[in-house]
Amino acid sequence: MREFGYERAVDVSSAVTLLAGDPDARFLGGGTNLVDLMKAGVERPARLVDIRELPLGRIDFTPATGLRIGATVTNADLAAHPEVRRRYPALAQAVLAGASGQLRNMATVGGNLLQRTRCGYFTDLAKPCNKRAPGSGCPAIAGEHHNHAILGASAHCVATHPSDMAVALTAFDAVVSYETASGTGELPLTDLYPPVGDTPHRETALPPGALITGVTLPPGPLAERSRYRKVRERASYAFAIGSIAAALDVRGGVVREVRLAFGAVASRPWRAREAERVLLGGPVSAEAFAAAADAELAAAEPLPHNGYKVQLMRNLVVAVLSELAEEASR
Amino acid sequence: MSATTDSTTMTKAVGSAHTRVEGVAKVTGTARYAAEVPHPELAHGWLVLSTIARGRIRSVEDAPVLGMPGVLAVLHHGNAPRLDGTYTTPFGPPDRGLQLLQDERVPFVGRPVALVVAETPEQAREAAEALVVRYDEEPHDVAFFADRPGMYTPEGAEQGKGDVAAELAASAVVVDARYSTPEEHHSAMEPHAATARWDGGRLDVIDSNQGSRWVADELAKLFSLDPDAVRVRSEHVGGGFGSKATRPHVVLAVMAATVLRRPVRVVLTRRQMFSLVGYRSPTEQRVRLGADPDGRLRALDHQAECLTSTVHEFIERSADFGRPLYDADAHHTVTRVVALDVPTPTWMRAPGEAPGSFALESALDELAEKCGIDPIALRLRNEPAVGPLSGLPFSGRNLRGCFEEGARRFGWADRDARPGVRREGRWLLGTGTAAAAFPTLSAPSTAAVTAEADGTFTVRVTAMDIGTGARTALTLVAADALEVPPDRIRMRIGDSEFGSAIIAGGSMGTRSWSWAIIAAARELRDRLVPGAAVPPEGITVRSDTSAAVGALPDMERHTFGAQFAEVAVDVTSGEVRVRRMLGIFAAGRIVNPLTARGQFIGGMTWGLSMALHEEAIRDQASGGHVGADLAGYHFSAHADIPAIEADWLDDPDPHDPIGIKGIGEIGVVGAAAAIANAVWHATGVRHRTLPIRPDRVLTAGAGGHA
Repeated sequence: MREFGYERAVDVSSAVTLLAGDPDARFLGGGTNLVDLMKAGVERPARLVDIRELPLGRIDFTPATGLRIGATVTNADLAAHPEVRRRYPALAQAVLAGASGQLRNMATVGGNLLQRTRCGYFTDLAKPCNKRAPGSGCPAIAGEHHNHAILGASAHCVATHPSDMAVALTAFDAVVSYETASGTGELPLTDLYPPVGDTPHRETALPPGALITGVTLPPGPLAERSRYRKVRERASYAFAIGSIAAALDVRGGVVREVRLAFGAVASRPWRAREAERVLLGGPVSAEAFAAAADAELAAAEPLPHNGYKVQLMRNLVVAVLSELAEEASR
Repeated sequence: MSATTDSTTMTKAVGSAHTRVEGVAKVTGTARYAAEVPHPELAHGWLVLSTIARGRIRSVEDAPVLGMPGVLAVLHHGNAPRLDGTYTTPFGPPDRGLQLLQDERVPFVGRPVALVVAETPEQAREAAEALVVRYDEEPHDVAFFADRPGMYTPEGAEQGKGDVAAELAASAVVVDARYSTPEEHHSAMEPHAATARWDGGRLDVIDSNQGSRWVADELAKLFSLDPDAVRVRSEHVGGGFGSKATRPHVVLAVMAATVLRRPVRVVLTRRQMFSLVGYRSPTEQRVRLGADPDGRLRALDHQAECLTSTVHEFIERSADFGRPLYDADAHHTVTRVVALDVPTPTWMRAPGEAPGSFALESALDELAEKCGIDPIALRLRNEPAVGPLSGLPFSGRNLRGCFEEGARRFGWADRDARPGVRREGRWLLGTGTAAAAFPTLSAPSTAAVTAEADGTFTVRVTAMDIGTGARTALTLVAADALEVPPDRIRMRIGDSEFGSAIIAGGSMGTRSWSWAIIAAARELRDRLVPGAAVPPEGITVRSDTSAAVGALPDMERHTFGAQFAEVAVDVTSGEVRVRRMLGIFAAGRIVNPLTARGQFIGGMTWGLSMALHEEAIRDQASGGHVGADLAGYHFSAHADIPAIEADWLDDPDPHDPIGIKGIGEIGVVGAAAAIANAVWHATGVRHRTLPIRPDRVLTAGAGGHA
């Protein structure tokens, strides 16, 4: 095995200082993805800065400010938090749909947002991959891609973002807080992941050396009527082939507010703004939901073996919005 | 249910539930597996595998690696000891894949091209990953598809009677359908591992395998050693399923130990297992059935195709499955094969029968639908009186009993045959059934039983417990044969020094080893004088069942079973969930109901996994796998496994000393077909390609019924 340095950071400023001085260093959260990738040789950090001891493990909720999740909160703690379960049920459902109990005990919220794609070409050093080795090519496009992107991909990369949690956060307009050696900053989660283009190796818009310190979700009753549904190739312990986070507010038979985000269809959690636009102020019916899905999915560019995802996402939009509408009418 | 016809004394150990005799050692961690046995001076080997699918090694640039910390040697085709490849094995010609590091030829991605040996596994791995190997690459061909060029019919792979074309033409109802199954992998929990060392002129090997004596004999032949100079021990083995034969890790461990004159351990990684330990070939199958309106078969034609490597021929004999199962006026079965630039496939739990039963038992269900008769009635209508092709009598055939008992317990009589009419929320519900059959084999084995001075007995037999519970079953068999309680038996297995014995394979281990143990025990019992003291060295009797096994009358010998499944299908998401399974088996005398149930349920779980999840994906451009790990290669998770019930009929084999047949594989057979048939019943859509993935279900829709 390749040797690497290991340091445990005690506060955020020393953590970001350590990283600022060493471009080959990485933050270590739960390690559930990074350590795997180190074993496979995909990640080769010279130094790990362990951030698990940082004081970023709190979950706070107030009706005025919403939900603030510290970056080192574990998935398990997030999903079990009473305010999360009550006020953002889709978020709790999304977290519980991911990984396994053991992994959720280790994995952190910050790490979850920054996890790498599970594309089989990316994780195999013997194969080309533009994300891992820029310019080497994307064999998935002509090869195995039945679980690859249909939206927002490029000729350089068709990998998907694997997170379930991030799909729910995207639907809820999450904002990511970060800190670097030169100060703090914020990014809407939808802006955290840049377009793929010809730079699939550039996976976040964070400045170099930035440490995600937390995620904030705005308050509001809409999220209380939300749902996450994940479709995967076995009942547990698999990444999504399509997932949806949705929240719906219906008054008088009309859609007053709606949030929709898709998972496993793009290089990032996909906020379905076009579908939301079509739905807003419109009728509550399976036909209207299908039309909204079609509007969003008009931009889809499926490959030969992942075209089913268009139908899958359309069906999920109709099914989950119908369920939410029915609950609202009760 | 049939009555017991066995004449042996009914005793109390065999047939009653016993926990594993090594269970405490396993759960407390004191049972050591091959990679865990400590050795002083141990060096560690790490494999370097080819990254091209076809070509030649131009150079192995070992000089920089030899300077890395801890590195002791880099073995490659330019410096490795020569191996003998001219021997034969009990299973035919030797696997030329074991001629490792002998030449510069690269026949597939994942072929060992070097072994790096170092003081620690970490150093060996780092050096192995740093080793640069240059190749002259040639165009490769890894494309497997139906009727592709290059298919040939291997010797003995075709059998038939009658005129299929004429009978099909005369049939009122015809099914002609094609089925596909993907490449599947054993994925035993314990990766293959071996430690080899020379000890005073003898080669001493600790290895994870399914036949210590077999591996010892093969190592002796490969390295041109006296067979008595090789000892292989495999006390605990964490799963095999057919993959744990003589494999590259043990050959290379011996090679390195020989070169370095110190103990060397080689452990495979999960990813390496995908190219080094065999797999189940993908299959393309065509089944044609012709029947009278009442379902009586006039024609049964099963044509299967599989692949092998360019190194060694292994045939996944899918078409054999139907030979003993159903009679037909014209009966034709053939398996063809094509050699591609891929690793050699091998036996994998129910080889042939697993994919073959998916195709034929799905086709039977299609025929039942077309004839408008019940799938169970259809099968029973085509029960043969004797072997349809051999004309030999059956040693026992209780398929009817399995279906009748299964139908009763599953609630089959209430089934509405119409597809696509049961809905529960977003789920469509359906049920399906299929027949199972697997050959009952036995092979010569030897055993030694010693009466010790302290009143206990030691049994030595080169049996293997690969997780099946064989050690416990043999303890019970020995106890009854010696007429003592099981706690007076010391069962020693997994050591090639205990003599020749069949491998743990073909569902024949427990039957064959028990036979030898019983023969020795009975003779020992006769020799012991009641009341007389046993000398300090004990009294030992050895047995060899070659003559007894050889004298078995020629018959159709099989186990049978009936599989039932209920599924729920959401055609809008493509998800399939199995809600319950039931398997009823006629599989001989059950030695230990506790572990036997585990074998049946484990087999049925394999069938579920095969039906819905398992599929290794080969990248056509590189010739290698994509996602060759347990995150990419899905098998069923716990959440996929519903209530599975397995039970058995009283079905002792008339020619075995205590009626054993064999239970290791029958549980897989037919299970995937039962699930696929249930998916049709739920949705009205036939799924003829495994696994029945969500995208396939979604794309196929609900067939206009739902």
